[in-house]
Amino acid sequence: MHPVAETIQRLFPNGFEKAVEWREDLAIIVKRGSLHEVARFLHDEPELEFDYIVHVSSVDWPDDEERFEVVYEFYSIRRRQRIRLKTRIPESDPVVDSLTDIWKGADFMEREVYDMMGIRFRNHGDLRRILLPDDYNEGYPLRKDFPLQGKGWRDTFEFLNETAR
Amino acid sequence: MGLLQIGRHEKDGELDVITTTVEKVVNWARKGSLWPMTFGLACCAIEMIAAVSSRYDMDRYGAGIFRASPRQSDLMIVAGTVCRRMAPVIRKIYDQMPEPKYVIAMGSCATSGNIYDSYSVVQGVDRFVPVDIYVPGCPPTPEALFDGVLKLQERIMQKRVFLKQPEQVKA
Repeated sequence: MHPVAETIQRLFPNGFEKAVEWREDLAIIVKRGSLHEVARFLHDEPELEFDYIVHVSSVDWPDDEERFEVVYEFYSIRRRQRIRLKTRIPESDPVVDSLTDIWKGADFMEREVYDMMGIRFRNHGDLRRILLPDDYNEGYPLRKDFPLQGKGWRDTFEFLNETAR
Repeated sequence: MGLLQIGRHEKDGELDVITTTVEKVVNWARKGSLWPMTFGLACCAIEMIAAVSSRYDMDRYGAGIFRASPRQSDLMIVAGTVCRRMAPVIRKIYDQMPEPKYVIAMGSCATSGNIYDSYSVVQGVDRFVPVDIYVPGCPPTPEALFDGVLKLQERIMQKRVFLKQPEQVKA
């Protein structure tokens, strides 16, 4: 196993689930309860120094019990290393801890995940929609059960009823 | 010129006399100075830019002076995919253009949404703005856009200026 994965398994035996290495990409799957502390460790540990958050994304696995998966990618600029952190959350309680207190850059990316997939980030501070309008009320378009053509938003033009200025 | 139906009387050494109607002169002036609004939304904008640049030179048709303000333009070329969030902006800009105004839907996306049968893509600008000319292509070549401009000019020549025209499309 990758030494970083070993360290995490040793330090967080309850949170660590498994490590996947594929084509030299290391992905660590953790329980959502320990996501924040593992991320804090990756960021603060001087041996690792993952100081840059590359991406936050999410996956919908509609047939799985824990339906959603949140994927984080970190990069260490000094050590030129990448790591991927994954966690699974159920549909009934789609909440994970926000990482905005560790990486400021997580702010917009978590908002995007919230906007498109409906996953809430605890302690985010400014969890609003970012791509879609604030009053968008059709749900979360990236979920697999969302109809491809939407629910009528693209064909309603409420501004046509206003008088031209 | 040649586009005005004229009676031309020539006398030796004298100035030419042209007879025509005021309507035709007004239309001729309008079609010869179509100032477009820059409204590039996606890849079609690249072809629109190419159409204005020196190799193709849309200025030959009097439609080369792209304005960054709707208040100075006559023609809106909607070039690219129209997302639903952009729709109120396009409508507002259209409303701000002074009459007479014309709209060209450039490319498959602006015409019909193209392959983007998605929740966020409007299936054609004509759903909220009256379109005069549809230019097909993905993206249309500058020549195709010229064809659209020339077709629009033909159309402008047929308009009645001093008579009230029936509203073509619900505003």
